Parts: sequence; C-alpha cells; structure tokens
Amino acid sequence: MLEDIGNLIHGFAVVVQPFNLLLMVVGIVLGVIVGVLPGLGGANGVAILLPLTFSMSPTSAIIMLSCIYWGALFGGAITSILFNIPGEPWSVATTFDGYPMAQQGRAGEALTAAFTSSFVGALFAVVMITLVAPLVAGFALRFGPAEIFSVYFLAFCSFVGLSKEPPFKTVASMMLGFGLGAVGLDQVTGQLRLTFGVEQMLNGFDFLIAVIGLFGIGEILLTMEEGLSFRGSPAKLNLKVVFQTWKELPRYWLLSLRSCLIGCWMGISPAGATPASFMSYGIAKRISKNGHKFGTGQIEGVVAPETAAHAAGTSALLPMISLGVPGSPTAAVLLGGLLIWGLQPGPLLFTEQKDFVWGLIASMYMGNIVGLLIVLTCVPLFAAILRIPFSVIAPVILVFCAIGAYTVHNNTFDVVMMLVFGIAGYFMKKCNYPLAPMVLAIVLGDKAEEAFRQSLLASQGRLGVFWSNGLVSTIMALGLIALFWPIIQAGWERMRGRPAGLRAAE
Amino acid sequence: MSDTTKEFGGTGPSHQGVEIGVAAFMALLALVGIYGSLKVGIGWGAEGPKAGFFPFYVSLAVIIASAVNLAKIFATADDGELFASWSQLKLVLAVVIPTAIYVAAIPYLGIYVASAILIIAFMRWLGRYPWIYAVGVGALVPFLTFLMFELWFLVPLPKGPFEKFLGY
Repeated sequence: MLEDIGNLIHGFAVVVQPFNLLLMVVGIVLGVIVGVLPGLGGANGVAILLPLTFSMSPTSAIIMLSCIYWGALFGGAITSILFNIPGEPWSVATTFDGYPMAQQGRAGEALTAAFTSSFVGALFAVVMITLVAPLVAGFALRFGPAEIFSVYFLAFCSFVGLSKEPPFKTVASMMLGFGLGAVGLDQVTGQLRLTFGVEQMLNGFDFLIAVIGLFGIGEILLTMEEGLSFRGSPAKLNLKVVFQTWKELPRYWLLSLRSCLIGCWMGISPAGATPASFMSYGIAKRISKNGHKFGTGQIEGVVAPETAAHAAGTSALLPMISLGVPGSPTAAVLLGGLLIWGLQPGPLLFTEQKDFVWGLIASMYMGNIVGLLIVLTCVPLFAAILRIPFSVIAPVILVFCAIGAYTVHNNTFDVVMMLVFGIAGYFMKKCNYPLAPMVLAIVLGDKAEEAFRQSLLASQGRLGVFWSNGLVSTIMALGLIALFWPIIQAGWERMRGRPAGLRAAE
Repeated sequence: MSDTTKEFGGTGPSHQGVEIGVAAFMALLALVGIYGSLKVGIGWGAEGPKAGFFPFYVSLAVIIASAVNLAKIFATADDGELFASWSQLKLVLAVVIPTAIYVAAIPYLGIYVASAILIIAFMRWLGRYPWIYAVGVGALVPFLTFLMFELWFLVPLPKGPFEKFLGY
C-alpha cells in the first residue's frame, strides 16, 4: 500500500513534466472536439489519433490518448445540453433534463452541473482504481490459462446479459467478431486459416480498422440520413453561474454517491457507460422527491447520468490495466495502443512497467482536473464547432478516418476495409445490433482462443478444467449468471410479484 | 427514428426486409467461416485443438443466433415500418459513393490530393458552397494534415505524383 503511494507520487512527477502537461491539454481539447462532433466518438477518435503517438514514449502517448478519452466524455455533455444531440451514446440520458434546462435559459447551470458531476464521478472511479487495481493485478498474477479464459468468458457474458440490445443479436455480433478476429495466422499452430488464398487477408482484420469504420463511417452515414440541422441554445457560462451552481450541488451528495457506485459497478463489467447513465437516471427518478418533475429540467436529472457515465467510463480502464480485458471499446483501443508500443497488457504491467502504469493513473487525476478547467472556460468555443455545417464537417471527418485507417499498417487496402466496415456498421446499428461486443471480440479473440486451447491441451480436452478449482468455478459461475441475467431477473420479479421496473427504466 | 421517417414521408425498403437481409448475410458469412474451418481441421491435433476448432464453433454460434433472430422476425407481423425512405437513402449514397471513389483513388493520387478533391466536391455539390470556400477548405485541411503528420509527428502518408512534383 505504502509502496503504491510512493509509486503514485512518482507518477505525478512524470505527469507534471511540461511536455506531458502540454500533451494533456492538447489531448483534452482534441477529445472535447471529438466528443462534440457527430461521427467521431471516444473510441474512433482515439483510434484515429493513435498514429500520432507512435514516435512518443509509451507514457507520454498514454497520457495524451487517455486525455482524449476524458475530453470526449466531457464533450458529450455539451452537445446534449445545448443542442439536444447526444454526442455520445452515454449522454443520451443527459438530454432528458439538460436540454429543457437550456431552453429555460439555464444552460450555464446545466453545463456546470454536468461538468462538475462528471468530474466527481471520474475522481471517485480513479480513487477506486488506485486502491483496487494493484490488488487485482497481484491476484491475477496467479492465473493460469483456465482462469484467464474464465475472465474473458465473464466479460463477454456480461455483454449478452446486461446490454439493452436483444441478446441473440448481441451473440451474433460478438461471435462474428470472434470469427473476424480468427482470420489469418493461427497463433498456436502457426497455420493460415480462413484466408481462402487472398493475400490481403493474411494479416487478418485489425480491430482499429473495424473501430474507425463501424463507429466513424457508420455514424456519419446515420447522421447524414437524419438530415441533421443544428439548432442550439446560446452557450454562456460566467463565473457567477458556476459558483452559484457549485453552492447548490453539495445538496445532492447522496445522489452523487449512488451514481458513482452504479457507474463504477457497470464500468468494470463491459456493459459500460451507456447503461450506467440510464440506470442512474432511472433510479434517481424513482427515489427523488422531485421524481415526477424529471424531464422538465431538473438539475438532479443532469447530475445522476453524468456522474454515472464518467464513473463508468473511467472505471472501464480498471480491468484493462489490471487484467488486460478492456471494459469499453475506447479502453480496447487504448489496449491496442499498448500492444503497438510494445507493452504486454495484463497484470505483469504493474511489476514490469511501473512508470507507465502509475503515470497513467496519475494522468487520470490530473487529466480530469485540467479537463474540468478547460471545459468550464471554453464552452462557447466548443459549441461554435457544432455550428459549422455538416457538409463541411463530414468530408473532413471522412479524410481523418481514412488517414487513421491507413496509418495503422501503412496499407491502402485497410482504407477499403474501413469503408466496408462503415457500411456494415450502418446496417447493424439501424437493425439494433450492438457494435461494442464485436469490436472487443476482434481485439480479444486471439487471446481468448489461446487461453481456451491451452487449458484444453493441459486437460487433454476435458471441459472440466473450467470447473477444476474454486477460483475458476466462481468466475465461470458469475459469467453464467451474467449471461442469463435477464431470465434470472424476470424469474425473481415474477416470484416477488413485481413488474420489471428497472429494466423498463433503461 | 420513426419520426424522421414520417417527416421525410415517401416510400422505402421495409425495416423487416432489411433485418432479414442482415441476419441472412451474417449466417452466410458464418457458413464461409465453417467451410474455412473444416478445411484446416476442427478436431484434435498434436498441439491440442486444431486451427479450425475455435472458428468452427464461433461460426456455428453465429448461425444459431441468426436463425433465432430470423425466427423472431418471421414470428412478428410486419408493422409496415420503413428502414429509411428513398430520399434518406439517396443522402446516404451521396456519402458512400464519393467515399468509395476517394478510397479507390488514394493509391494513385496520394491521400492529400484525393482528400482535397473529396472536400471540394462534397462542399460544392452537397453543401452548395461557392467555389472559393470549397477550394479554401479543401486546400487548407490537407495542408495542415501534411504539416501535422509528415513534419511534426513524422508519420508518412501515401503520396502521389503531385507531391513528387513538389519534391517530397
């Protein structure tokens, strides 16, 4: 514990170097822009900007990229409150009360509440990560292949059980992701598979290309279809409003604490920030005495989802750095970055790459403080970006997506694949297939498969190896519970004789 | 989604039809996956499960899930909901087609020139901007990209005859 604190202080020393601070500010600003623009989200924003970090040291690189992520989380709130357009899926719940507040001329109040509660949520999650991550990593060092596979199993089962999309669509999209991830060289036997003699498929499908296509191009096509025109409220934010709102906010400490806990819990399981924000909003609506007024511009309706979304978005990094299992698509892209910089994600990071891990954790603290200051002072600037017409923004985003896709392997065929993924993403999104599990399956497919096959090899093909000791059985059982969660919940509520209120609130 | 469809009015492909198409396409991809897995072997080899073992069962899962999804679609009556109206799809194609041409042109023209053409064309025909604005933005964005990638962050991007002419 004491050693961890020493490491953290050392991490701060790394982070406050002028170059890293500069990267932090650049990252936050880019991140907010990415979060504000339609068609660019946290995941593909980070994916596109990843090549810029190739020549940096891993620590500087992760500082900049994670700051892009924080910026994107902050940016989503700006568009939902001022324009009623959620820049990110997790800020949908913020529009319910944020936009009515802006229409009543209380935009400043709503923005301050949103940014501040985002900050609180993130800070809570970072403290949690600081305390828990080293323990988890230390524990995970003892994992064998069977335990590692069971962790992947749990992660993917929670997607099926906890996401709001139909479970069989989640399964289809996830398994397709595993299939795409399997194309190319087989890691275990060194054999080529599923390439059908096509030269371009030898290296398989890179998930970064999939991220840029599915989330970037797909999103642009969706935005285009809706023929979006932005009609926003004016963005004014002066210090008086900020301080007034800050004076008011401590009253909602219980709500904040509850939202933080929901966020952290949901963030660690890969269901992620979006359901966390809805769940937190739904629960706040039922518990608050102003619950019936929710949707008409209640400040609590902004605090609840924003706190939870940020807590979830931040705690999604916990399994990424301690286990090597990302909790969200953006965390997956960061994990992809680690691989490119030559670091092996997983529990060993804590012993072998102390500087890197603690630099990352310290940058989470600093990044959120810097982020809060930047968004509070620069809202009008960012809102102005949204007033640039889509016919100018769209081709520029397309160009950046293409550059991002090309630079992954310096290969123009990848740009073609990006477009294919983009069109696929458009159809899948419209038909309610979740994209996140597919992306995570492409990233983790190789590792999950390797762990699975190594366990089977050790047990001579008996599946009993996944139930062979207390630890692995517990994780597998948790996975099964997560997988069948909707059925379990429905059964439980039928026994209690209550309608499924919680799920409906999502 | 249904609101915007109503707003635009008109006709278009039905949502159910597209759902069936997507599920069927996924199943088709999975069939290809199964075929490929069988070719490399799905059984037990010298190093444990063979290379096709994992993709085979994964593809099988896709087929089962797609079958359930298809069954669900056929079990519910068509509510006449549109996937998108033709006018909306036209807008989508107005992005897809230029992007496809852009992507195909990158290896020949280099990314900077192709990007400039894409931005100018997009602003001119979809945004109906005057030439001067379109050319301005179209030239500025690739120029800034060039500065950022080639000069500051030292990441080379594909270049064509134009850059060669300038000496890069």
